[in-house]
Amino acid sequence: MSTNLLAVLPELILTLTGVLVMLAEPLIAPGRTRKPLGWLAILGTLASALAAFYQLHIVNAHGPVTGFYATIQVDAFSIFFHLLIASIVLVTLLASLDYFEQGAVTHAGEYFALVCFGATGMMFMTCSVELLMVFIGLEISSISTYILSGFRKGRATASESAIKYFLLGSFATAFFLYGIALCFGATGSTSIAAIAAGLAVTKTPLLGWLAVAMVLIGLGFKVSAAPFHVWTPDVYQGAPAPVVGLMSTAPKAAAFAVLLRFLFNGTGLYHSHWILLIEILAVASMTIGNLGALLQTDVKRLLAYSSVAQAGYLLVAFSSTRNEAFGAACFYTAAYAAMNVGAFVVLTQLSGFDEKLRSIDDYTGLALQRPVLSALLGFFLLSLIGIPFTGGFFAKFYSFSAAVHGGHTWLAIVGLANSGVACFYYLRLLAALYSRPLAEQPNSPTRRIALPAAIALAATAAATLGLGILPNHVLHLVQRATPQNLPTASAPQLSANPPQEAWMDAKTR
Amino acid sequence: MAVPIAFYLILAAILFSIGIAAFLIKRNIITIFMSIELMLNAVNLTFVAFSHMWHQVSGQIFVFFVMVVAAAEAAVGLAIIISLFRVRQTLDVDQINLLKD
Repeated sequence: MSTNLLAVLPELILTLTGVLVMLAEPLIAPGRTRKPLGWLAILGTLASALAAFYQLHIVNAHGPVTGFYATIQVDAFSIFFHLLIASIVLVTLLASLDYFEQGAVTHAGEYFALVCFGATGMMFMTCSVELLMVFIGLEISSISTYILSGFRKGRATASESAIKYFLLGSFATAFFLYGIALCFGATGSTSIAAIAAGLAVTKTPLLGWLAVAMVLIGLGFKVSAAPFHVWTPDVYQGAPAPVVGLMSTAPKAAAFAVLLRFLFNGTGLYHSHWILLIEILAVASMTIGNLGALLQTDVKRLLAYSSVAQAGYLLVAFSSTRNEAFGAACFYTAAYAAMNVGAFVVLTQLSGFDEKLRSIDDYTGLALQRPVLSALLGFFLLSLIGIPFTGGFFAKFYSFSAAVHGGHTWLAIVGLANSGVACFYYLRLLAALYSRPLAEQPNSPTRRIALPAAIALAATAAATLGLGILPNHVLHLVQRATPQNLPTASAPQLSANPPQEAWMDAKTR
Repeated sequence: MAVPIAFYLILAAILFSIGIAAFLIKRNIITIFMSIELMLNAVNLTFVAFSHMWHQVSGQIFVFFVMVVAAAEAAVGLAIIISLFRVRQTLDVDQINLLKD
């Protein structure tokens, strides 16, 4: 197999799956169930995860694989994120197989295809070492999620959610792109390894600083770090619950992977400059996220603010030394993905397509009607608080201890104080689940949990529990995966028609 | 006489700032969308200017990628705008405020 093909094998499989789903969609008569397409997408995602394992096998034997003129670098780091994204997508697809059977949805096929395409973009983000490739991956994933967030079309809230996500997402993309352009200006390249080399000798460090700040703003929007979080509650409230589970974890994981690679491998020289910005983002996200969540009555909005706060805890890990930051941040991403996707899968099952259960009051006393789902939701909420024996505890533990080792003890203290505040709103929802039902309460659609959704729930619960009981194994795995810059062999491509020397002379004079 | 590179960069920065200001001030969704396109075009100008400065064609190739992506984004964005208009009969952002607590 050629190196280029090997380097993009998981993405290629997912793209083909998406195309196949779209081709097969018109063959199914209108009104018939679209479930087979969902199974096709699930098979494709499984195949893509297997391809990632195959890549891991090769990488372990021969070292990192590069392809497409060294714009793609497949190493243990990118494979970790490939597997994480594939798992998130798999769980989301399983949970949403029966989701579309409830409402009068005629376009469920598009959903399965778009999820595959979005995952392709996210995977590209994690394995690109060239900022323009990162940008294209970011756009593939963003455009898919813009459409997915407005998937329940015909509803005013769905369109509003989509338009808000679209406008603010594109706004952020422009900042990210301007950052890339300034990086190109400062170093003459957009490859992360070449940027690292170029920044050391650049004559215009100001451009480099501006570029880092711009890229941070752009990615800050994508990971919904405060003060760039304003879209999060609105979009999460209007989007379908399984989509929120996907887009609150997978694109964020990809964006954090880009951030790790860019900050530590590309602009490690400016560590003292960007660490200040990271501190501001982390403290603002934790504080605004937790205080905002205290005021919410809508459960999805509450979880949206909680995800802002979680992004803040994750950013705390960035304040450490290189290796420890990579380990703690990767572990946090995985634990956060497990518990947050799990929580939204439960919400999908509880409230259904029409989302009859919205506010915390609607969830009061639900444990009597749906004991298993309520118990699972309670477990995920405990993990989000960070109770021991859950993935959330060790995620926070590693993140804060990384900050302490990096000499940012105050950041860890702010984080701990915030975790205390966070207990209030998570426990408020948990207490509501297990208290006496209100009189005029809407009934949850009491259906049995379908088998695919049950598998999804079991997988997320097992992952959350597993990360809480055996964290060392995963942590060693991710610490080993810290990526290195590979030397760039190719010489920079010169212009076909360089400007005349006279012009250069005139400029220097 | 050749125009110094800084002039192009300053022009691009001004265009980008106008885009940001319009994004924040304007109330019609189509106009807001146009201001995002303005920001992307300011980035394109920056890329071309730097590409000239570094004598590298790659900067000019990036511009094509950005244009392609912007076109894809415009297609999706306009579709979302149409679906919003069908439901709400308005494109004024101040009236699109159903989602709040």
